[in-house]
Amino acid sequence: MQRIYLDHNATTPVLPAVADATAAALREEFGNPSSVHHFGQRAKAVIDQARTAVAALIGADPSEVVFTSGGTESDNFAIRGAAEALEPTRRRHLIGTTIEHEAVLNTLKALGKRGWDVTLLPVGETGVVAVEALRDALRDDTALVSVMHANNEIGTIQPIAELARLARERGAYFHTDAVQSAGKIPIDVKALGVDLLSISAHKFYGPKGVGAVWIRRGLRLLPIMTGGKHERNRRAGTENVAGIVGMGVAAEAARAKMQDEAARVAPLRDRLEGGILKGVPGTAVNGGLSPRVPNTSNISFDRIEAESLLIALDLEGIAVSTGSACSSGTLEPSHVLKAMGFPPHRTQNSIRFSLGGSTTAADVDRVLAVLPGIVDKLRNLTRTPIRA
Amino acid sequence: MSGGVDSSVAAALLAQQGHDVIGLSMQLYDQRGAETFGTCCTLDDLSDARRVAEVIGIPHYIVNFERQFQDTVIANFVREYAAGRTPLPCAHCNSDLKFAALLDRARGLGAEQVATGHYARVEQARGGRWLLRRSADQDKDQSYFLFSLTQEQLAGAAFPVGTLTKTEVRAQARQLGLKVADKPDSQEICFVADGNYAAFVARKEPSVARAGSIVDTHGQVLATHQGVHRFTVGQRKGLGVSGPAPLYVLKIEAESGQITVGPRTALDRTTLTASGVNWVSLDAPSGWTAASAQIRHRHRAAMGRVRALDAARAEFMFDAPQPAITPGQAVVFYQGDDVVGGGWID
Repeated sequence: MQRIYLDHNATTPVLPAVADATAAALREEFGNPSSVHHFGQRAKAVIDQARTAVAALIGADPSEVVFTSGGTESDNFAIRGAAEALEPTRRRHLIGTTIEHEAVLNTLKALGKRGWDVTLLPVGETGVVAVEALRDALRDDTALVSVMHANNEIGTIQPIAELARLARERGAYFHTDAVQSAGKIPIDVKALGVDLLSISAHKFYGPKGVGAVWIRRGLRLLPIMTGGKHERNRRAGTENVAGIVGMGVAAEAARAKMQDEAARVAPLRDRLEGGILKGVPGTAVNGGLSPRVPNTSNISFDRIEAESLLIALDLEGIAVSTGSACSSGTLEPSHVLKAMGFPPHRTQNSIRFSLGGSTTAADVDRVLAVLPGIVDKLRNLTRTPIRA
Repeated sequence: MSGGVDSSVAAALLAQQGHDVIGLSMQLYDQRGAETFGTCCTLDDLSDARRVAEVIGIPHYIVNFERQFQDTVIANFVREYAAGRTPLPCAHCNSDLKFAALLDRARGLGAEQVATGHYARVEQARGGRWLLRRSADQDKDQSYFLFSLTQEQLAGAAFPVGTLTKTEVRAQARQLGLKVADKPDSQEICFVADGNYAAFVARKEPSVARAGSIVDTHGQVLATHQGVHRFTVGQRKGLGVSGPAPLYVLKIEAESGQITVGPRTALDRTTLTASGVNWVSLDAPSGWTAASAQIRHRHRAAMGRVRALDAARAEFMFDAPQPAITPGQAVVFYQGDDVVGGGWID
């Protein structure tokens, strides 16, 4: 069966050049980057190259990039590291949004249980945070504001520059989880005006298990991984050399291709979206009226359980997901769609299509050819009514 | 696919026979909450099912039926205990979930039938009627739990291990290299891990914990109790009363909260009536018809005769008195290995 992969927001296939560079590093650069000798120096050198490439992807200085084990660790580091660093200043208030990824949301909740005050900003049906909402929520004791750059489920882009300016005016740190925007849209940490920014390699055709957090020079942040003096004392643990090398190659490729890819993928996404709205009755795009990353489309199907549609599509060789990959297998409605104020039935019947480098017009047409029949069948065979 | 040996072998046999098989495992309750319960379909079981599917080379999905399980099986379980009856959730799970919502789901995915690891046989008779029969392994037979499947449901059901013995099933699993070959059989009711039904019911429906009296057959109060959901007709242990001879629960009256106890001989009955009756091998027989009747899972079916009272009710008359006919349990009528029909004991 020819399979079509439309779940690039969950993860992306590793680029051949990335796989080659990672394999070569595994074979040849076995040295410990902390070692003084030749082998250590070689390993250190390839990490520095990767650091430069990753910094270039986000308009940063290489010295401000710290490698981690991925997006979740980057988010934890930024939020916990900031909260703990600012604890002596009595700034004990943290702000997030209701549509953050679980890595941010559950980290904020965990800190909330340990005595920090947490405010989650609402979003409307647009899936975008209102700048005024942050203005109202900021307090003198706000330590950190964390707002994602692009949402993983619906792809909406948040007004980070304006939000960050507001937060920093009040003396709070500003973190953005840019895991879903890195490699899809241009990122310039200076233009965004943030203090902390998280990215993950496997979302832009790099390997899993490696990510980075950008930390504005001079920002006080406590490490959450303690141990040796790796990564300028910020993140202890022997570096994942091969993974980091792969991330560097992926970052370089992403930067080089981003503009062309966005221009290629956005029309495919729009064609898919338009085709579904036209070909399948009872469908609606979630977050479609707001600025979005070019590859993501989140669609609700009336009178359908998303779980069934996902399985039926997979059996046809089409890979999609319901909301976030991390929450599959549970009946929990999408917290993002819930936050947008949709009724329960609409938060459990949405499918995320996320396109990527391998997606072709033929893929989109194949989906459009089989989807109406599948939806029809599921709707007709469901004798148990789906309750709101 | 529960992750147990029976449904694993069922799936493997079908795949071997060349069927196009989709593995589905039902997630029936929240696995993460503080109140983690259940002895079947735990996260370990789901991962066992996934590994079996990998070995036999079929796609596998976890489908979430938490809400349906709650609305059908658990709600009925709690309601029955609260009404002073002793429920049989596995039978409800079969007719109200597996061969209802799950069958619908499977058909939506293009499947024609749902196969399970039940020990029973389903066969189509000449003339088209679907028959439900005891399994080849009489000791493991589960037709008792399947009596409420309608003709339409039976048409959508397949029981690939129903023609095998448990020993043969385990041997098959070993031969196929399935890790679950020696996994112990599941016991008790899957969603009550500790076997403490009364505590489960009281957690779900706190109003059941209402005190009442335990009386003898003359109405003399012997003791008080903390709720009718703690009792089952035929129960001897845990009554908190003693007499010269052992005492058994004879009757449970939910409304008044009164439990009547008496000697073992007072449990004997020769007739019973049942409601919610489903006829399988016959149309509802208006006249007395020879059959045997099984009144609980481990009961050896006893001879007698059956007749339909109206569209949904039946009466059975045993040749010899039977002890502890328990309201809420199923009575299933057989002729030889064929399930004639069955219903819920009044």
